[in-house]
Amino acid sequence: MDSAIVPYLFYLFSFVIVVSGLLVVTMKDIFHCALFLILCLFSVAGIYVLLGADFIAAVQVLLYVGAIAVLMIFAIMLTAKVSGIGIKQQNEQVPIAIVTTVAFVAIALYGLGKTIWNIKIDAVIPDNTTMAIGKLLMTTYVVPFEIVSVVLLAALIGAIVIARRN
Amino acid sequence: MEISLAHYLALAAILFGIGMFGVLTRRNAVGILMSIELMFNAVNINLVAFNRFVTPADFTGQIFSIFVIVVAAAEATVGLAIVLLIYRNFRDIFVDNINLMKW
Repeated sequence: MDSAIVPYLFYLFSFVIVVSGLLVVTMKDIFHCALFLILCLFSVAGIYVLLGADFIAAVQVLLYVGAIAVLMIFAIMLTAKVSGIGIKQQNEQVPIAIVTTVAFVAIALYGLGKTIWNIKIDAVIPDNTTMAIGKLLMTTYVVPFEIVSVVLLAALIGAIVIARRN
Repeated sequence: MEISLAHYLALAAILFGIGMFGVLTRRNAVGILMSIELMFNAVNINLVAFNRFVTPADFTGQIFSIFVIVVAAAEATVGLAIVLLIYRNFRDIFVDNINLMKW
């Protein structure tokens, strides 16, 4: 990618992520929240592309935007009666949550500003990550790969058992 | 102007904070799950950014972020099934009204 436009794209995606994230956590209508969540997840996929992780970006779009967001909208539709306009969507902890969150973010930003990172400048960034990730998943990380597929199967069966009618 | 590792980490910290705010303040259980997804995404940005700047040849961060995405999918599936079951039994998904196990 032409490196001259990377900063502009980074700030564009960051702006979209932060604004849509704030809308996700503050909007009244939970359905609009889900739509802004999709926008936010798409922008995160853009950030992955900027970082040279094209496979992760594709997985992000397929899994988050294609599966999880649709699942969220599905759940909102099934529980539609409690997401009307007049109903209060936030609890009474908003002031203390603002204080906690701002303090957390401030400490995190201060800490990462002070830290000296072990950055490898001269390292070669591979063009195509998919083949390398596939090889690693089948060799070095084959045990976690199998375990996570069992976890996924367990979650699938668990969700069916929990949600079915008697 | 170059975008450094700290830029990505700052973005991830802010996104994590937004998600944390959502988890702390939302009454709707689906809203809480959406905020958790925001926090997962912040963690993934961190992992991929570290992968890009610290270990570009090893792909450790990208592999880990794949596992995070898969576990997030499992979490969303089970979480939404629980939300549906709660809605069916209580006709309500506001977590401050569901206090059966609180005395």
